[in-house]
Amino acid sequence: MTKEFKRQDGRKPDEIREISAKVGIIPNADGSAMFQSGKTIAIAAVYGPKEHHPRNQRNPARGTLRCTYNMMSFSVTDRIRPGPNRRSTEISKIIEWALEPVVMLDKYPGLVVDVHIHMTQADAGTRCAGINAAAMALAHAGIPMKDLVSSIAAGKLDKTIVLDLDKYEDSEFEEGEGSTDIPITFTGDGKLTHIQVDGHITTEQLKQAIKMAREASKKIYEVQKKALKDSLGGGK
Amino acid sequence: MKTPNITKQRIEKYLEQGKRFDGRKLDEFRELVIETGVSKNAEGSARVKLGKTDVIVGVKMDVSKPYADSQDKGTMMVNVELLPLSSPRFENGPPKFPAIELARVIDRGIRECKFIDFEKLCIKKGEKVWTVFIDIYSINDDGNLLDAAGIGAVAALKDAKIPKYDEENEQVLFGELTDKSLPVKKEFPISITFHKVGENIIVDPTREEEDVSEARVTIGSSKGIISSMQKGDLKALDIEEFNKILDMLEKTWNDIFKKINRNKILESL
Repeated sequence: MTKEFKRQDGRKPDEIREISAKVGIIPNADGSAMFQSGKTIAIAAVYGPKEHHPRNQRNPARGTLRCTYNMMSFSVTDRIRPGPNRRSTEISKIIEWALEPVVMLDKYPGLVVDVHIHMTQADAGTRCAGINAAAMALAHAGIPMKDLVSSIAAGKLDKTIVLDLDKYEDSEFEEGEGSTDIPITFTGDGKLTHIQVDGHITTEQLKQAIKMAREASKKIYEVQKKALKDSLGGGK
Repeated sequence: MKTPNITKQRIEKYLEQGKRFDGRKLDEFRELVIETGVSKNAEGSARVKLGKTDVIVGVKMDVSKPYADSQDKGTMMVNVELLPLSSPRFENGPPKFPAIELARVIDRGIRECKFIDFEKLCIKKGEKVWTVFIDIYSINDDGNLLDAAGIGAVAALKDAKIPKYDEENEQVLFGELTDKSLPVKKEFPISITFHKVGENIIVDPTREEEDVSEARVTIGSSKGIISSMQKGDLKALDIEEFNKILDMLEKTWNDIFKKINRNKILESL
C-alpha cells in the first residue's frame, strides 16, 4: 500500500464505515430490513410472490424480481424532486441484477416479487446499502435463496486503494488522480453479482480493490446474518 | 384485500357496545411516538408512529420567486408519497387521489392557521423568497396516515433550521444550516379525523376501521380555534352527528396535545 494516506474522516484505507442492520421494520411487508452504513440509511420492503400485473410482463418459466430504488427528496442536501428519474431507474435495474442470481425464482413461474428500496438519508454508497437491505428483506420474506448478497464500494483516492467512499470522497475529493468509485456485490461464497467502475484505474489496482472489497463483504455478511437471526428471536 | 363485510359487521357490533378490537375507547388515539432529526441532510425531519402506522416527514428549503399576489411572502409546498413499500395497496406511478388529497388537507391545516410566518421568509420583495418543501413519505400504513402525517409535518417544521444564503452570489449554500429556526408560531395546529362507522363516531382508525368507515371529517384546529376542515367519503352526516363531532373535538385535541408533549419534542423546541 502507498505511504501514509490520510482520509478526511480518519479511517484506514481498508476500513469501512460503521454498519448496523435491523430486520422486520415494516409490519405490512412480507419482509423488511434497514441497513445503515455511516450516515447512509436504506430501508427495504418485499411484497410477494404475488400475481404479476400487467399480464403481458409475466414470465411463464420463472418468477420476476422487480426492484424500485428511490432517494427520499430530503435525503440529500439539495432536494431531489420526488418520483423516479434516470439515475434511480438505472440503479433499480442494477439492484435487480445484483440480487437475482441468489433468488430462486424458478419456484414461482408467472409471479412477481416486489422489492422497494428507499434511502431516508444519503452519504454515498446508497446502492450498496440498498442491496444489503434488500437481500435481508428477501430472506426475511421467506423467499427461497441460495445465499445472501453483500455489497460494498471499493475505491481509489489519488493512488491509494480504499474501501467505502463517503460523500466527500466520492464527489469532492480532487487531489492527484482524483476519486474512483467501484461498487461491488458478492454472494456469501464470493461470486460477483454486480460491479461498476467510475473513474480511472489500472487492471492491477482493480484486482487489488476487488480483493479488499471481498474481505469487507464478509464482515457485512455476518452483520446481515446476525440481524436475520435476531429477528427470529423477537417472535415475528 | 379490502376488509371483508363480516369484519365490518363485527366492528360495528363492537362499537355499539363502546368497544374496539384493540381495546381502545371510541375517542382514544393509539400510542404516539415522535422522533425528530431522523434525516440529517434535511433542514428538519420527523418520524411519527401512531400504533403501527409510520410516516417520515422532511423539510427542505430553497429560494425562488414569490407569487404575484404575495410579493413579500415565502411559499410552501406539501407533497405526499404513499409508498408501495408501506402497503400492498399502493402502487408505483404518479400520485393518485388519496396522496393528493392528503397533501392538500395537510397544506391547508398548516397554512390556514398561519403556523408559518411567511412574511419573515421574504429575502427581497418581489424577487426572492424562501420556499418551504414539506415532503411526506408513508413507511407503514395501518390507518389514519392523515393525522400521523399532520403531526409529522408540524414536528419537522419545528425541527427545521434555515440554510445559509450567500447574498453576494445570490445562492443557497445547501448542506450548511444557520442556527435560525423557521419562523413558526408556538401554538401548533393538530389535524384530527373523525370517522363514522355504523352509527358511531371514532378517531384514529386502524386500517380495518378506516376501510369500513362511511364518512369522515378532518378538522385542523389549534386551542379551540378551527382553521381548516374537510368532509370526505360518500355518506351524509346529519347535524346532530356533526355536532357530536364538534363536541368530541376539544377532548380529543387535548388528549393528543398531551401525547405530543409527552414526547417532549414539540414543547422543547
